[in-house]
Amino acid sequence: MTMDTRLCVGCQACVLACKAENALPEKGYRDWVVSETRGEFPTLVQENRSERCNHCDDPPCVSACPTGASHVAEGGAVLVTHYKCSGCKACIAACPYNARYVHSEGYVDKCTFCLHRVQRGEKPGCVDICPTSALRFGDLSDPGSDVSKALRSRKYKVLKPELGLKPNLYFLL
Amino acid sequence: MQEIDVVRNNLQIDPHLTIWRWEIPLYLFLGGVAAGIMILWPLLRMRQGENRSSRWERWLPFAAPIAISIGMLALFLDLAHREYVFRFYLAFRPTSPMSWGAWILVAIYPATLLLGLSGLTTEEVVAVNAWRPVRALRLDRLVTWARGVADAHRVGLYWTNIVLGIGLGAYTGLLLGTLAARPAWNSIILAPLFLVSGISTGAAFMMLFPVGEDGHHQLRRWDVAAIVTEVVFVFLFLLSLGASGGSRGAEAVHLFLGGRFTAVFWTLVVAVGLATPLALEVIESRRNLRPTLLAPVLILVGGLALRWILVLAGQVV
Repeated sequence: MTMDTRLCVGCQACVLACKAENALPEKGYRDWVVSETRGEFPTLVQENRSERCNHCDDPPCVSACPTGASHVAEGGAVLVTHYKCSGCKACIAACPYNARYVHSEGYVDKCTFCLHRVQRGEKPGCVDICPTSALRFGDLSDPGSDVSKALRSRKYKVLKPELGLKPNLYFLL
Repeated sequence: MQEIDVVRNNLQIDPHLTIWRWEIPLYLFLGGVAAGIMILWPLLRMRQGENRSSRWERWLPFAAPIAISIGMLALFLDLAHREYVFRFYLAFRPTSPMSWGAWILVAIYPATLLLGLSGLTTEEVVAVNAWRPVRALRLDRLVTWARGVADAHRVGLYWTNIVLGIGLGAYTGLLLGTLAARPAWNSIILAPLFLVSGISTGAAFMMLFPVGEDGHHQLRRWDVAAIVTEVVFVFLFLLSLGASGGSRGAEAVHLFLGGRFTAVFWTLVVAVGLATPLALEVIESRRNLRPTLLAPVLILVGGLALRWILVLAGQVV
């Protein structure tokens, strides 16, 4: 997934779309918007980022899970099998992005890249609703996909690259 | 100048992590005490020979499974999805310290119960068999058989307990230390630190009971060594947080040197839990004074405080 920081206006439509699409409980969010302001007045720069689980290639949450509930699904999405999760919260402690939370029903919940929609050929809820098309979703192993093209033509960054987790949410600069 | 603004309010995550509360430090503490007993009791036995033990000392190994049971109850209470607790035992995930811990805890029951049975006198085994729950469940034949096994493999049993005890003590530190996401936990030093702290609290727990003058002397000598080692590891732990680099490491060190946990850490853990009991034990042994319960109690308080503060600190940064 790519997220264009130049297009994002921080409207939080992605947050609400996710909440509605996945029927999340009160005080449960799978995605969120960060506004970062840098620099000295008057030359300030603001960057808006729509953040969520990075679906790392090397996910520490999956390594920390004692029951195998957290796993990497076919295609690379990091998912939680609800009926295997004991709610021990080791994965929440292991995630440097704070992308996981305890669902009101007890299991740990997180972004699924809206796999249920993707499998029907639709885009994830947050991507679909984004009014400025700042969010894009696609197959990074396919050089012809929108996201691959964006990463070839634009400068980008990932969050906390020093941890070496190979996150899959790219922020276009 | 940099300002970061996040509009989000996830339960237990924002504004900072609060996923683990009193249950986890209590469990880590009890696990440490049990590990200490499993390591020190066999060593004491091998040192003293089999015949010179007091009644209290003979029953002490049974404190380990009791401590672990209370600790596991605390862990169970911490779970958010309690009815799925059995899932721990339908999988073994070698990358997950918590999975290792779950299985080590299971191995500890037979090992410590056999250890306890091995130390009892024949009359005491008869007394165990006459105990109502044992009679009601018709466990007497099992107890007699287990006692026979324990007797036949005494030395092997001692070393099994020592190895399992080291595993238990170190794993309680690894549980936090392997979490690279949390700068105040991410130090491998936590494993040996929690292990020696466990040995020290185990010794302190055993010294609460009348284990005989000989036993007490021996435990005190080991405890002094454990406390000195622990002081070194506390120092190395703070250094390793700082050495992990970047602003995250500095922020983690600041929690203990000037920040939020400075006062409690240096008073409860260092002064009350390490320096004072070390001084008391050294003075008691130099002057040949009659030992009091003060030093062991302070060590236990310090051991609990160490785990409590570290579990909270790791969730702040």
